[in-house]
Amino acid sequence: MLLADLNTEFSDETLLEVRGATVSHNGHVTLDRVDLSVCRGEIVTLIGPNGSGKSTLIKVALSLLNPGSGTVFRKPGLRIGYLPQHLMVDPTLPLTVGRFLSLSPALVNTGPREALAEVGVEYVIDNPFQSLSGGEARRVLLARALIGEPDLLVLDEPSAGVDVMGQGELYDLIRKIRDERGCSVLLVSHDLHLVMAATDRVLCLNHHICCAGQPAAVAQHPEYLALFGTELRHSLALYTHDHDHHHDLAGEMVDQASHKHG
Amino acid sequence: MDDFFVRAVVAGLGVALVSAPVGCFIVWRRMAYFGAALAHAALLGIALGFLLSIDLVLAVIAVCVLVGLALFAMQSQRTLSEDTLLGILAHATLAAGLLAISFVESVRMDLMAYLFGDILAVTVWDVLWVWGGGIAVLAGLAGIWRPLLSISIHEELAQVDGVPVTRIRFLFMLLLSIIIAVAMKIVGILLIISLLIIPPAAARRFAATPEQMAGIGALIGSISVGGGLMASLHWDTPAGPSIVVVAALLFFVSLATSGRKAG
Repeated sequence: MLLADLNTEFSDETLLEVRGATVSHNGHVTLDRVDLSVCRGEIVTLIGPNGSGKSTLIKVALSLLNPGSGTVFRKPGLRIGYLPQHLMVDPTLPLTVGRFLSLSPALVNTGPREALAEVGVEYVIDNPFQSLSGGEARRVLLARALIGEPDLLVLDEPSAGVDVMGQGELYDLIRKIRDERGCSVLLVSHDLHLVMAATDRVLCLNHHICCAGQPAAVAQHPEYLALFGTELRHSLALYTHDHDHHHDLAGEMVDQASHKHG
Repeated sequence: MDDFFVRAVVAGLGVALVSAPVGCFIVWRRMAYFGAALAHAALLGIALGFLLSIDLVLAVIAVCVLVGLALFAMQSQRTLSEDTLLGILAHATLAAGLLAISFVESVRMDLMAYLFGDILAVTVWDVLWVWGGGIAVLAGLAGIWRPLLSISIHEELAQVDGVPVTRIRFLFMLLLSIIIAVAMKIVGILLIISLLIIPPAAARRFAATPEQMAGIGALIGSISVGGGLMASLHWDTPAGPSIVVVAALLFFVSLATSGRKAG
């Protein structure tokens, strides 16, 4: 199907849509007829175990990778802020955080300092990028994604390498950014319970879409539990510990799941 | 001072000034082996230049670009790792170059001069090639500096930001090919990669920005050329290897200096 044909079927509210994406390497199917859509102002979380094709789907959605079959639609003129899963600056490259941010071609309205202030790490602006802690580095990447005043934030494991305390705060920050800016967010995570409170809709991926819907519903879906049964118990203890202080609502959801499961 | 020595110094400084900024990207992008593979392929270019009576510099640029394109094409198949592919291409083209050169023996070309350089024999024409090519490469590098820096940090992030990644990578490979072609007379195709990577590596500890690393690298490269040529003059040592040895010594000194700072 041509993009032009697809175009007429989308309302103004659809920013991004992937239909029937299939990707395979050497006969091994990474993605099998996967659909994905993100509407204006929505936070969509893509969840799945390691190696389930989450990052591949993100690359298809960003046109970094051509799917073997399927179509990708992005609203014309859509501004995307991308946070990749891995970003290591080679130790031989002398680069301050401020310089790293100023390399964004979108540096027009928001300067590096404002972007860093928005994610709460303004103090690292003159530090070498390689000296950042895991949490600081992820926030700097988030600031980089925000500089172009994006309509859509695509965040691939934004909390990778961040301790559990920091993870909760990071997802709170992402939701706050969405609320203040009104942008959409496409989020990749391998831990639903951490992102639950910051998510409108969840897609559970294991090479194909296992289940999709509201976070609370997906958390109790049999396919989801089959995929995450063991990991769930492991993450629960940490989660409850973390959110005792400030997240009652999310904590409640976890308790339900643990009740069902334990 | 003799004319040949002045020409050698001028040509050597030209190579040092242009190879450090380009070499920085080779260090940052971990392309040392890629650069070495292109340099090895240059021998095939020299042989073809003799056989077809084309200007050697142009022949070398053409062969390096073709080998670079072949490598890009082969990278899209994912069975063999990149360093294996580079090893195959580097030595296949070197061997093919040696074979081809055996057919032009009548020319009595000095193989050693192309492998290890003969800076004391450079002509005015060679100096013009070095400086003309060098200025063109520096101008080209300045033009793609920012996008090249972006893709050196993260190619996919740069691509999402709208950087034409494939075009920038190709242009960088072209610049690298030009440097190899104009510098081969000076330090030879087997040593050119050392002038590309050693001065930037030595400059790393003293640089706070990418541009400082390029500038300090150019300075260290120039000192290496001057020191190497002086050593060559005084002790009658081969000039190209002397330059590289001085650069390597400066690199080890830089390691020791930073060690004291850290301690």
